[in-house]
Amino acid sequence: MRASGEQAEGVAISDAVAVERTLAGEREAYRVLVERHSAYVYRLAYRMTGNKEDAEEVVQEAFLRAYQKLQQFAGNANFGTWVYRIAANYAIDRLRQRKNEDSRREQPARVAEGEPETDPLSEVKDARPSPERLAGSAQLAARMKEALDTLTPAERTAIVMRHWDGCGIEEIAAVLKSNTSAAKNTVFRAVQKLRLALKPFVEPRGAARAVGTES
Amino acid sequence: MKHATEEELFAYRDGDAKGRQAMAAHLKECAECRAELSRLEEVFAALDAMPVPDPGEDYGTRVWRQIAPRLPEKRAKWWEAFLVPQRLAVAGAVAALVIAAFLAGRITVVDGPERAAADPSTVGERVLVVAVGQHLGKSEMVLVELSNAQPASGQKLINIAAEQRRAESLVEENRLYRQTAVQSGDRAIASTLDELERVLLDVANSPGEVTPAQFESIQKRIAERGILLKVRVVRQELRTAETGRKSQPAQTDSTAKERNKV
Repeated sequence: MRASGEQAEGVAISDAVAVERTLAGEREAYRVLVERHSAYVYRLAYRMTGNKEDAEEVVQEAFLRAYQKLQQFAGNANFGTWVYRIAANYAIDRLRQRKNEDSRREQPARVAEGEPETDPLSEVKDARPSPERLAGSAQLAARMKEALDTLTPAERTAIVMRHWDGCGIEEIAAVLKSNTSAAKNTVFRAVQKLRLALKPFVEPRGAARAVGTES
Repeated sequence: MKHATEEELFAYRDGDAKGRQAMAAHLKECAECRAELSRLEEVFAALDAMPVPDPGEDYGTRVWRQIAPRLPEKRAKWWEAFLVPQRLAVAGAVAALVIAAFLAGRITVVDGPERAAADPSTVGERVLVVAVGQHLGKSEMVLVELSNAQPASGQKLINIAAEQRRAESLVEENRLYRQTAVQSGDRAIASTLDELERVLLDVANSPGEVTPAQFESIQKRIAERGILLKVRVVRQELRTAETGRKSQPAQTDSTAKERNKV
């Protein structure tokens, strides 16, 4: 079996050196970057797409795109962050495309050109099982998976980047191609929808109160 | 005091600095808002509990194996691709022979006013002129074919997949030449290449089959930018420049001249 890029090097080289060598035509140097950052990008991709096959496809495409655009990569930036962003951009495009295809298949009459992303909240409500049926963390995880699937691509991207990866609002805004205030709202909207979808499970009946009221 | 809204609680939890102290003080006093915050927290706990399958320790190596065959060779700096011996193989056997012979001929001239001609920048310029000329020729053909095509009446879809693929392959080439032109300060060529790149991208990003309306819009965009005329003008200028160079013998060394005929 062939040794990995880093093992073959003997001493691990930095991302910056690997980028430089790749740009100088040493294709094998790119292997170091791929091996070093794949798992991290995979976690993002899995959380965004919700399944292994799509996640793996996103990872591959992200590294292919990063290689093609490597000349645009500023040497002082962090390669990991950069390829993460490429993956997030690709994943969100994929999610949008899939949502469009799904809604075209399911509700051809409702989908018109330029129509905004449909609010899946109603579907969550309709599909909500009773609290009794939801018991144990496996069901909670399954319910959360369903709830995540009903988010719009932008909401899903925003919550994944913010909650799991601790990305700054500016970074999220860049991927969503929006401003920071809109990005912040998108994260909040995602949280609201997830909370509503999980309510029967994580909140006892009658526990929620009308917020913003006088105490 | 008024209870905090869900949004305010989320902003507080998210680390928002605005109204932070007041919210902290309120939460100390208000058990109901504390309970609401902890209910909100459960959503995040549920998110944290979402498993991500471990792709395995060798995942990075697997990704590399999958993408490595799809990675194109990276060309280093434009001049290096032609001037550094080990890059000649990448640049292509024919080009390598021509350039190597050209350089060898130049290098044999040590003295005299022609020495300047051995300057790699002069050589690079000449190669650039030829290469850009060819690139513009290929781009012009794609644009002419698109501009002149007339869909049959009643045709629902027009197949432009071949032109689209050609445009796609020309975009990358165009970008390299444009960058080189910018670096060497040739604004006129850089500007035309910049406009050409937009048109090529337009075509490259179009679907393989387009409706007559979409096709008409592509033709319109090509015509509006007047890119065909600009490309032709630059090509002509490059031809003139190249002819001018050829008509002025660059060196007196006959051996070198013979070599340069290769």
